[in-house]
Amino acid sequence: MRQITYCDAINEAMLQEMERDPQIFVYGLGVPDHKRIFGSTKGLVEIFGKDRCFDMPLSEDAMSGFGLGAAINGMKPVYIHIRADFLLLCMNQLANMISSYRYSSNGMLKAPMVIRVIMGRGWGQGHQHSKSLYSMFSHIPGLKVVLPTTPYDAKGLLISAIRDEDPVLVFEHRWLYWQTGEVPEKSYTIPFGQPNVLRTGKDITIVATSWMNVESVKAADILEKRGISVEIIDPRTIAPFNVEPIINSVNKTGHCIVADNDWVEYGFSAEAAALIYSKCMGNLKSPIARIGFAFTPCPTARHLENAFYPNAINIIRCIEEKLDLSPTDLTGEDFYSHENRFKGPF
Amino acid sequence: MCLGIELYKKMYLIRKTEETIIKYYPEDEMKTPMHMSMGEEAIVAGVCQSLSHDDQVFGTYRSHALFLAKTGDVCDFFAEMYGKDTARLKGKGGSMHMCAPMSGFMGSSAIVASSIPVALGAAYANKRAGNNKIVATFFGDGATDEGVFWESMNIACLMKIPIIFICEDNEFAVHTPGTERRGYSSLPDIIAKFNCNVLKGVATDVEEIYQTTMEGINLMRKNQMPVFLHFKYYRYLEHVGIFEDFDAGYREKEEFLKWQSIDPVSRQRSNLLSNGYDEKEIENLENEIDLMIKTSIMKAKLSPFCDAEELFREVCR
Repeated sequence: MRQITYCDAINEAMLQEMERDPQIFVYGLGVPDHKRIFGSTKGLVEIFGKDRCFDMPLSEDAMSGFGLGAAINGMKPVYIHIRADFLLLCMNQLANMISSYRYSSNGMLKAPMVIRVIMGRGWGQGHQHSKSLYSMFSHIPGLKVVLPTTPYDAKGLLISAIRDEDPVLVFEHRWLYWQTGEVPEKSYTIPFGQPNVLRTGKDITIVATSWMNVESVKAADILEKRGISVEIIDPRTIAPFNVEPIINSVNKTGHCIVADNDWVEYGFSAEAAALIYSKCMGNLKSPIARIGFAFTPCPTARHLENAFYPNAINIIRCIEEKLDLSPTDLTGEDFYSHENRFKGPF
Repeated sequence: MCLGIELYKKMYLIRKTEETIIKYYPEDEMKTPMHMSMGEEAIVAGVCQSLSHDDQVFGTYRSHALFLAKTGDVCDFFAEMYGKDTARLKGKGGSMHMCAPMSGFMGSSAIVASSIPVALGAAYANKRAGNNKIVATFFGDGATDEGVFWESMNIACLMKIPIIFICEDNEFAVHTPGTERRGYSSLPDIIAKFNCNVLKGVATDVEEIYQTTMEGINLMRKNQMPVFLHFKYYRYLEHVGIFEDFDAGYREKEEFLKWQSIDPVSRQRSNLLSNGYDEKEIENLENEIDLMIKTSIMKAKLSPFCDAEELFREVCR
């Protein structure tokens, strides 16, 4: 099948959906500028015009309510933020208005809007350009939260998000934009609440979100050489979060790591662990481990940033501990390096 | 029927409905915080009279008047105040979050200024649909302290969105006067610097408010620029609740008495009489409205609550 990047998959989803439904419009700071949100909105303004693809004043709060108002009047807004951190400027509209409009109108009004956000990382992004924040929104009833990992997911989940009748936040990891994978040319949807089993295994289960799937697959590849078989499950949507396939997996393997692309404290990994414990208690051979960011604001200096983010090595060491293995010799292993991918300046 | 009577009927319905709330609220069966409209009737009735049934309004937590003026549905109103199964919202909204989209009442928010940008988006959708629907968003002067109000003004003017901003200025954000909240002296003067139509008035003459609003709508249709209406009024009761609070010390009763002498409801009644309307005819209309209110509240009291399963309905999964 055709291979395209995650970024092109998003772009294709936008193009195909806007072609299908004239009520869809896309807006956000920089959406039609020359950089086109890292290329993910390229071609839209040329094809659909300024009415359906437009820039905005630096008014994230008001433009969130604006999307809600258009949505309750029958349109389908897609609102883009180039960094997840900027969502905090929209928090009132998201938590007090958008999430509850359907409920407080007892279903007479619905808010089918999509909010695409990009999680930044690396090259000194610092503490205001690198947050994930998705757990915060999953905590609020009335919002759906989607974390596409593969290019296939990026297209299918975005199309599902646009067709959903409720507000959906789609969190895209900046580093995933370069990933390539098989993506059908035709339009397709991926239902929410269907985790993706990236790899089957029998010794340990990893529940990974977003970029942490890349690190988990790398860890699994390395340990496979020692005969360790790792099962990796990507929930893909954390609101709704379907824990059933994970429970089945953990009941089989007896070990579980939740590797989240976020802080560990009070986040998705806590929710996942609690749900897994409630159904797998007797079958667990070791406590559930959680891997995530260091509990600090994100620093900028490279060596500190490296210490802040978890990676495949952390996952390998965690698995070794659980399975009582001696440390694997990692000499000569080629780990993902952002350094090789992106040279500054920003 | 003539305009003056229509306006009076709207205001009388609002005033009497709230007087009925005051009578029954102490029974503690309407378990929802009441932010009473008394004093603002003329603004709401005047603006709503200038709108069509399909035009859309957005309100605040102080929206009893707006809901009744736009929908006239006192039955649904009381059913919701009592949180009963017969209410469209089934008790999910209460006094602060009423909603009746089929009559153009698109919702109200308890977070000050939060429905302003939503109204803006709704108006944008109308513009794109080319349906000529007008959106009117009501808010107090406290909302103009919020950043999102200024963001919304800017966007509306930038994008030439057909929307009416109505600032109902009662000088207080809860209990804090404008003098302690503003670094400028005149809000309409500042708004006039935007590319929009600014009109203002002192708001107890409902016919004048209606005319001002119509003038604004005509301007908007002509020059495609949003309208900002600034109306002063006086909040008769405490910020939330059914009582007066002149003993609290933050405002003087003399001020209230001054405004009460030009009370919008009695003022319009006098206008009608001095314009030659038969008092008996007016009384008949009043009796009809009184009966409607009485029937509505009794029906609401007697209606059942919804089943507990309702809790989980209309939240996305």
